Amino acid sequence: MSLFLLRVRGLFRSNYAFMTEYRAELILWALSNSLSFILMGVWFQATERASFALTSIEVVRYFLAVFVVRQLTIVYVIWAFEEQVVQGKLAPILLQPIDPVWRHVMSHIAERIARLPFSIFLVALFFAIYPAAWFVPAPSTLAWFFFFGGAAFCLRFAIQYTIAMGCFWTERASSIEMVTFLAYLFFGGAIAPLDFFPPQFREIILYSPFPYLIWFPAKVLMGTVSTAELAQAAAIMSGWFVAVVVANRLLWRAGLRRFSAMGA
Amino acid sequence: MIRIAKVLRLFWRTSWAAEMEYRGNFIFACLSSFGNLFGSAFSLWLFYRAGAGFPGWTVHEGAVVLGVFSIFTGVVASVLSPNLSRIVTHVQEGTLDLLLLKPLDSQLQVSLRVLSPWGVPDVVFGALVCAWGLWESQRAGGWSVVAVVPFGAGVVLLYALWFLVATTSVWFTKIYNATEVLRGLLDAGRFPMAAYPAIYRLVFTFVVPVAFLTTVPAEALLGRSTSTWMLASPAVACAAFIASRLVWRRALRSYTGASG
Repeated sequence: MSLFLLRVRGLFRSNYAFMTEYRAELILWALSNSLSFILMGVWFQATERASFALTSIEVVRYFLAVFVVRQLTIVYVIWAFEEQVVQGKLAPILLQPIDPVWRHVMSHIAERIARLPFSIFLVALFFAIYPAAWFVPAPSTLAWFFFFGGAAFCLRFAIQYTIAMGCFWTERASSIEMVTFLAYLFFGGAIAPLDFFPPQFREIILYSPFPYLIWFPAKVLMGTVSTAELAQAAAIMSGWFVAVVVANRLLWRAGLRRFSAMGA
Repeated sequence: MIRIAKVLRLFWRTSWAAEMEYRGNFIFACLSSFGNLFGSAFSLWLFYRAGAGFPGWTVHEGAVVLGVFSIFTGVVASVLSPNLSRIVTHVQEGTLDLLLLKPLDSQLQVSLRVLSPWGVPDVVFGALVCAWGLWESQRAGGWSVVAVVPFGAGVVLLYALWFLVATTSVWFTKIYNATEVLRGLLDAGRFPMAAYPAIYRLVFTFVVPVAFLTTVPAEALLGRSTSTWMLASPAVACAAFIASRLVWRRALRSYTGASG
C-alpha cells in the first residue's frame, strides 16, 4: 500500500474512533439544524396565505433539502484551529511530516460518516410525519447534488480555514466567523429561499460565495436548475475556491512566521 | 440571599474583567448583533412584501417580537453560552469535583460563574428595535409595568431550559455544541407564534415553551395580553426552574469524578 493511502487510513481511523467516543455530541449536531424545520413552518404558513415564487409544498421540500445540505456541510475547523493555536497544541503537530490541514479535513469526513445514521433517521422521521412531501430525485439529479454538496463543503471549509488563520494575529478569530456565519445564513438561503428576494438584490449576491453553500445545492436536489445554471455555479464556485486557497496559503506562511508556540 | 449576591458580584466582576482583555472583540460583537438584527428585519420584510404577513400582527408589531428576541439572544451570549462550555470542561476534565467541595450551592457555581460583555450590543439594539416597533404601532401607551412579569419569567425559563441541556453533560460528557441546539430552539422565537402552523404552536407552547420567551412578553408590551398568559408564564418558569434543580441533583448522584 502506498504511503499516501496508509496516511489516509490512519488519519481516518483515529478520527472516526475519536468521533464515536462521544456520540451524544453527534446527535446534538443533527438536532442543532432544527432551524430549517422552524423556518419551514413559518414559510409554509406564509405561502398558504399569499402567492410567492414557490408553492407551499415546494417550500417544504426546499427546507428539507436545506437541512440535508447543512448536515453534509457542517464545518467547525475554526474552533479546532483556534484551540490549537491559543493553547500551543499546534507546535507538536507542526513537527509531523504532513500539513496540519489534513487532520482537520479527516476529522470532518469522519464526523460526517459517524453522524450519517442520525441524519438519515431524521429525514425518514420527517417523511413518516409528513408523507405529502415525499419525492424521489432522478439519479442524475442525485449525482449533481453530491457533486455540488461536496463542492459546497470544500468551499465553506476553505473559507473558514482561511478566517482561522486570523488566530495567528488576534487569538479570537472565531468572532470574525460569527459575522460571516450571519452572511452564510441570510445570503445562503437558510432563513428564506433566495427565490423570495427582490430580483436585483439576488443578482448581486449570486456573485458572492454564500448562495452556493446552501441555496444552490438545495435547488439542485429539488431538480429545478438548468444546465446553464449548473455551469455558472461551478464557474463561480471554483473561482472563489482558488482565490480563497491562495489567500489561505499566503496567510498560513505569514502566520507561521509569527507563531511563537505558546505552551509548547 | 445577601451572601449569594456578594458571591455573584465577585464572580461576575472577575470574569467580566478577564473578558475585557479582548476589547477588540467588542467591534465584532457589535457587528454580529447588528447583522443579526438587520437580517431578521429583512426576513420579516420578506414576509410582508408579498402581502402574506402574520395574522393579527402588523409589521411593526412583528418588530417588537424581533426586539425581544434580540434581548434574549444577548442574555444567552452574556450568561448562558460562556457558562455552558465551562460546565462541559469541568465534567470532561474532572474539575467539577473541586467545585462540589466548596461550601456554596453547586448549581449556582456552575451555571452563573461567568458574565461576559459580548451580549450587551444585542440587548441594546434589541431594546431600540422594541421601542421603535412600539412607537410605530402606536401602542406605546399600552406598554406597562406589567410586561416585567413575562419578561422576568422568560429569563428564568430560558435559564432553566438551558441548564437542563447543560446538565446532560454529566451523562454524555462532551456536548460543547449544546449551545447550538439551544440557539436553534430560541430561533423559533424570532417570529410571533401566529406565524406558525397549529402543530408547531402546540409544540412551542407545551413541549419547548418558546412561546413564553418572546411572544408573551411582546404581547404584554403591546398591552394586549390576556390574564391567562400573564399567569401561565410565571407558572411555567417556576416549573421549569424546579425541574432544572431536580435534574441537576439527580445528575450529581450519578456523577463519578474523573480526576480521582
